[in-house]
Amino acid sequence: MALLQISEPGKSASPHRHRLAAGIDLGTTNSLVATVRSGMAVVLSDEEGHALLPSVVHYLNNGKVEVGHAAQVQQSHDPHNTIVSAKRFMGRGLHDIDDIGHYPYRFVDAPGMVQLNTVNGVKSPVEVSAEILKALKARAEKSLGDELAGAVITVPAYFDDAQRQATKDAARLAGLNVFRLLNEPTAAAIAYGLDNASEGVFVVYDLGGGTFDVSILRLSRGVFEVLATNGDSALGGDDFDRRIFCWMLEKFQIPPLGPEDTRLLLTKAREAKEQLTYHQQTRITGVLSTGDVIDLTLDNDTFGKLTQHLVGKTLAPIRKALRDADIATTDVQGVVMVGGATRIPQIQRAVAEFFRQEPLNNLDPDKVVALGAAIQANVLAGNKDENELLLLDVIPLSLGLETMGGLAEKIIPRNSTIPVARAQEFTTFKDGQTAMSIHVVQGERELVSDCRSLARFELRGIPPMAAGAARVRVTFQVDADGLLSVSAREQISGVEAHITVKPSYGLTDDEIATMLQSSFSHASTDKEARALREAQVEADQLLAAIRAALEQDGDVLLDAAERAELERHMDALKSAMKEAGRDAIAYATSALNRASETFAARRMDASINRALTGRKIDDLKV
Amino acid sequence: MVNHFELFNLPARYDIDRTALDQTYRKLQGEVHPDRYATATSAERLRSAQMATLVNEAYQTLKSPVDRARYLLHLHGIDTQEETNTAMPADFLMQQLEWREAIEDAHAAADIAALENLLTDLKHEAANLETQLGTTIDEQHNHARAADLVRKLRFLDKVRDETKLAIEALET
Repeated sequence: MALLQISEPGKSASPHRHRLAAGIDLGTTNSLVATVRSGMAVVLSDEEGHALLPSVVHYLNNGKVEVGHAAQVQQSHDPHNTIVSAKRFMGRGLHDIDDIGHYPYRFVDAPGMVQLNTVNGVKSPVEVSAEILKALKARAEKSLGDELAGAVITVPAYFDDAQRQATKDAARLAGLNVFRLLNEPTAAAIAYGLDNASEGVFVVYDLGGGTFDVSILRLSRGVFEVLATNGDSALGGDDFDRRIFCWMLEKFQIPPLGPEDTRLLLTKAREAKEQLTYHQQTRITGVLSTGDVIDLTLDNDTFGKLTQHLVGKTLAPIRKALRDADIATTDVQGVVMVGGATRIPQIQRAVAEFFRQEPLNNLDPDKVVALGAAIQANVLAGNKDENELLLLDVIPLSLGLETMGGLAEKIIPRNSTIPVARAQEFTTFKDGQTAMSIHVVQGERELVSDCRSLARFELRGIPPMAAGAARVRVTFQVDADGLLSVSAREQISGVEAHITVKPSYGLTDDEIATMLQSSFSHASTDKEARALREAQVEADQLLAAIRAALEQDGDVLLDAAERAELERHMDALKSAMKEAGRDAIAYATSALNRASETFAARRMDASINRALTGRKIDDLKV
Repeated sequence: MVNHFELFNLPARYDIDRTALDQTYRKLQGEVHPDRYATATSAERLRSAQMATLVNEAYQTLKSPVDRARYLLHLHGIDTQEETNTAMPADFLMQQLEWREAIEDAHAAADIAALENLLTDLKHEAANLETQLGTTIDEQHNHARAADLVRKLRFLDKVRDETKLAIEALET
């Protein structure tokens, strides 16, 4: 602990020492972790100097798990138990995965999310992703020498609520404190925009291993405002490999392959794709388990023809996003290319042709997302001057409710800036109706059956009334992570129901707790120790935050009695921490939280006042 | 309780300073956005989420001409009756029918260019109505006529959405 904190004039001293924060790009094919060190965003490498961690998890029969390169080499030998591209299954049911036959896994149809049967037991994609996150967390903590205070984890901008929730669950399972889920193209824009001091409208074209996103942003003095986003969460570089793979099968008249040979040829296909970035043609050779020898030559022209429709598939979302943002291609200042697959020459050509300008490739397309996430994590951790960076992001898909006749009624339209809340009133259609079922859906189509079902819940206890007399107000709220919660309230009786959207596709808190528990060998003692430690950390953070707030605004915004009351609650929490009982700490923490509400409201009003200089706080009782 | 105009320190008029609106929006979000409170107390995080939501809501309302007009009329106690009052002048209804036919024809002929031209026409038509809204509200203070214009713009919005959907359907 520093004895003396030196702060610049006009800035208050930070309540903490530098908090360790990381940005994590959890990719379909590769994952990365980055941090800000001495003001510079850097990607952290493993001991062998690899920055990219292959997003591959290998389950062994002794209960052990290998992640990354060690797992990748097992792909062809042990395909059933070596999971690649788990990101494609996040928040997805078995029926959602249309190319199921292409994967060598033993899928298990489970309610909500598909699961995978391995030698190490049945695993959900959330658990597989958590293994990757654990490896990155360990890498970061080893490299930085201490525990992470928190992380920003990136997700495709086009991920729906179920996929985002699954990602957040994976992070919790890996023991990470998630500061924020951040959209991948937005992360790339941060890294690019800050590096190049850019101003104006920019398009981010992000073709990852398994997902495609396009985002249109306005950059202006540190503010990154997303105008529109679109994409395809089941289109990526992997699909280009698959096209080559199918071409090989066709060309060579190969009989149906076993999983080992499938994996081998897919790897060969990926290598061929990479070769074609730098060469006009490439030779593909290999020996199948049947002894058959493969020897083929693929040239760039043929590759171009094979994948033409895939390239075309990325242009439709771009057009939609431009129309939603009301932006013409001539208004676009620059097109930033993100994701390893954008190295493919025909993609570069197609994008250049569409926007009539050369795309920008001056940042490493594999690393730019992680770097941007690290910058944002550093800001959120409170390590940076607050006024330098502000992200205003949007939701990618409309959120709505099922109404009569299986129709979806939109409550929050796509491309609404988050956080956002919208309410709509509904009524009963039968006399004496006492319950109303609420079905929350996401998507653009008119029919509920064409949209993604996010959750169902019931508002019960409506007093019997004539049809059409009840007034049920349904409120949708989307937070800064892009996650939805829905509440319903009958206005006349005051009956309420609330749900954080999870059940259809996410994990319940209990399921996470069970998984966390089973991942510790000394379950019960570890769990208690962990809970106590979590309570202590939370109490510490709250005390530090209030102390900093008091130092800043305590004299101006609180009178002596109010301040004394707040300090009394702080002292109560401090003594509860000495007693070391978990429940006592949690109780004192929530009491202090409640006691600080008025102060919080006044501070917020004062902030608004700062933004609109010359106005009285009293005018702004919102 | 402040209204959206007061929150943005703007006079309650239809004709507003768009640059000032954008600048104030960024300033306000710079102060209240949840990213500024990631490590704050839960009371402050909650308050921040509420304020950022309100600032977004107010900004979107003031930015869109038709939403701004509807909101202004609402402040004057006028209900624009968009759901209940669908009476429109005959020539406007004729025009609507023509647009809808144009969408159907273009969709059947898979003519994206025609649909894009229609979008441009609709945009011009909307701009024309928006100019009229300005004089009607700010100069003539004729709220009944302004409500008529808002209803017409709402119709136009619907035709525009249908056109966009038709384009999307053809593109995919």
